[in-house]
Amino acid sequence: MNTPPNLILLFVILFNFFILGTSRLNTCIRSVALQGALLSLLPLFLHTLTFHTYLLAVGAFVLKGLLMPWLLFRAIRQVKIRREVEPRIGYIPTLLLGALTTAGAFIFGDRLPLLPEHLHSLFIPAALSTLAAGFLMLITRRKAIAQVLGYLMFENGIFIFGTLLAETMPFLVEMGVLLDMLVAIFVMGIVMHHINREFSTLNTEQLSLLRE
Amino acid sequence: MLLYAVIFLPFAAAALAAVLPSDRLRPWLIPITALLHFALVLGITATAAPAVNPNSLLGLDALGRFILFVVSLLYAACSFYALGYFRYHADWENRIFITALLAFLGAMTIAAASRHLGLLWVAVEATTLVSAPMIYYNRNRFSIEATWKYLLLCSVGIALAMLGILFVAYAGLHGGGEQELLLDQMLASASLYSKPWLRAGFVFLLVGFGTKMGLAPLHTWKPDAYGEAPGLVGGLLAGGLTSVAFLAILRAVQIMIAAGEQVLVRQMLLALGVLSLIFAAVFVIRQRDIKRMLAYSSVEHMGILVIGVAVGGLATYGAMFHVLNNALTKGVLFMTAGNIHRHYGSKRMCETQGALSVLPYSASLFLAGFLAITGSPPFAPFMSEFTILRGMFAGGHLVLGALFIGLLVVIFIGMGGTVLPVTMGPHLEETEDEASDYRETLLTIGSPLFLLAAVLCLGIYLPEPLKIMFSEAAKLVEVTP
Repeated sequence: MNTPPNLILLFVILFNFFILGTSRLNTCIRSVALQGALLSLLPLFLHTLTFHTYLLAVGAFVLKGLLMPWLLFRAIRQVKIRREVEPRIGYIPTLLLGALTTAGAFIFGDRLPLLPEHLHSLFIPAALSTLAAGFLMLITRRKAIAQVLGYLMFENGIFIFGTLLAETMPFLVEMGVLLDMLVAIFVMGIVMHHINREFSTLNTEQLSLLRE
Repeated sequence: MLLYAVIFLPFAAAALAAVLPSDRLRPWLIPITALLHFALVLGITATAAPAVNPNSLLGLDALGRFILFVVSLLYAACSFYALGYFRYHADWENRIFITALLAFLGAMTIAAASRHLGLLWVAVEATTLVSAPMIYYNRNRFSIEATWKYLLLCSVGIALAMLGILFVAYAGLHGGGEQELLLDQMLASASLYSKPWLRAGFVFLLVGFGTKMGLAPLHTWKPDAYGEAPGLVGGLLAGGLTSVAFLAILRAVQIMIAAGEQVLVRQMLLALGVLSLIFAAVFVIRQRDIKRMLAYSSVEHMGILVIGVAVGGLATYGAMFHVLNNALTKGVLFMTAGNIHRHYGSKRMCETQGALSVLPYSASLFLAGFLAITGSPPFAPFMSEFTILRGMFAGGHLVLGALFIGLLVVIFIGMGGTVLPVTMGPHLEETEDEASDYRETLLTIGSPLFLLAAVLCLGIYLPEPLKIMFSEAAKLVEVTP
């Protein structure tokens, strides 16, 4: 239980709660970046140390830990918004929901038909609870940038599951996936800039002109 | 070799568009690239299919060739309209738009040719990202809202598809089968896969790529994005991109069939398909906005496609035929709707009445396109929908067949309630400042006219090579034993 991957995953789950409970936008961005950086270490412990594993770890570290937070900080500098998350429901209820989904992830994770070597490890619960936390961010936060953070956490959850299977993906495809994500964050940053210019706020509740 | 050329060409053109300094010359890149692309694709489809190398990331099987053909044909037809469009908006910055438009073709080509689920995902996600700036081209509050919803919903949806792919990979690991996510290897070893993981993976894949395809209830971005995007982009999204997303779903279906999981596939596809028809029927009635109406029509046709695959047999063939018909007809409708929108400066039904008297060509093409898409003979969608219906009755799905006909009738009436006043209603007197200087030109009429002529011809006579193409593609995703 006390292997390095499990320790990393434990921190990842703690970060989920920290992000869900934080009101400062800057802290949120840093935490998501740190979570991503931690995750990029996982392949090193899980697979034989080939060139492929190193490149995957370095690529994920640079993208998740450095480039994406840089893009997000640049975006909030440009739009000069108030540095708060503005949740739709309070922090305590979000945290409670997060706790519930995490508990659910642990219960559900043990019921899945896993390979013997993945049984009783933190991989599946951590992946599922990070997915759920990302989803919670997506639906409970009003600010566009917090929703982007939710999307990033969602991707982090998928990355945890993906490290179990790193061997099924050729290196080119893995880099393609990471590159797609980077461009997604870049494009979302630009769109946020335009939302702010049109509406003078990043509050997505303003985005309700189009409806039946 | 041709395959690499066909993938390389649009990206090279996109790079050229990005560095070309002249806003006036840049639009010419679109038809040139599109025609070359179509010529290459014709060259590929005309030759007999070479065996696909099972270890290669890229390759075209019957299904991939067929989707590539549809996308390339639609794109080539739309490219001339694009010329007319940029001539009208000559003073608008078009560098980003045209670069994105060309890269969009490249991403769709890769998606059609990918033999690896991961690569397919990368290509489909790339189409989302490059189409975002195209939706935002009108640069107003409405289009930024549509772009944001499109970007966020499709990105999250497609992330779910990634999870589905990983689940399928885990199913393979569990079954002790091949570890690679190459389609051919997966098809060969799918029967060994762990069933619970495979089923869960399929559901996620269907939800993920279904979001991209716009199946109800995952379609909520569609009316906004299609409504606010320029007509040209709406046509390419509704005809081209949805076909590519459909291909991604069919890849998942192929794996499930190889694993002997037809029952779940049929149930899921039928449920989403019927739900899509119902949603379309509800929202298309009293729809005041012509482009949003077309978006709901697109939801309807995505439903028809998955129902066709779920029913199997003859209906699968019909669904393949319908992919082509839907793409071509949606091209006609969105481009002519774009013309009407441009003339009136509005796409609300109450402000665009009587288009026939001011835009005779666009309005009559729009009207004919409406008749075609709702399945009126002698247009080709009638033939494909009729084929799907025959498949249903031959398979003994009497209730489903009756429901299908009933919903199509409701949608016909609902769309008619909007299209008829817009085209044939009394013309409202425009005040001097409302009247737009937009006049129909050969370029903005020629493209939809060509597509409508193709739809009409295919309805009357279906050439043998196309029949072979449909049945070979259908063979790969036949659900019934």
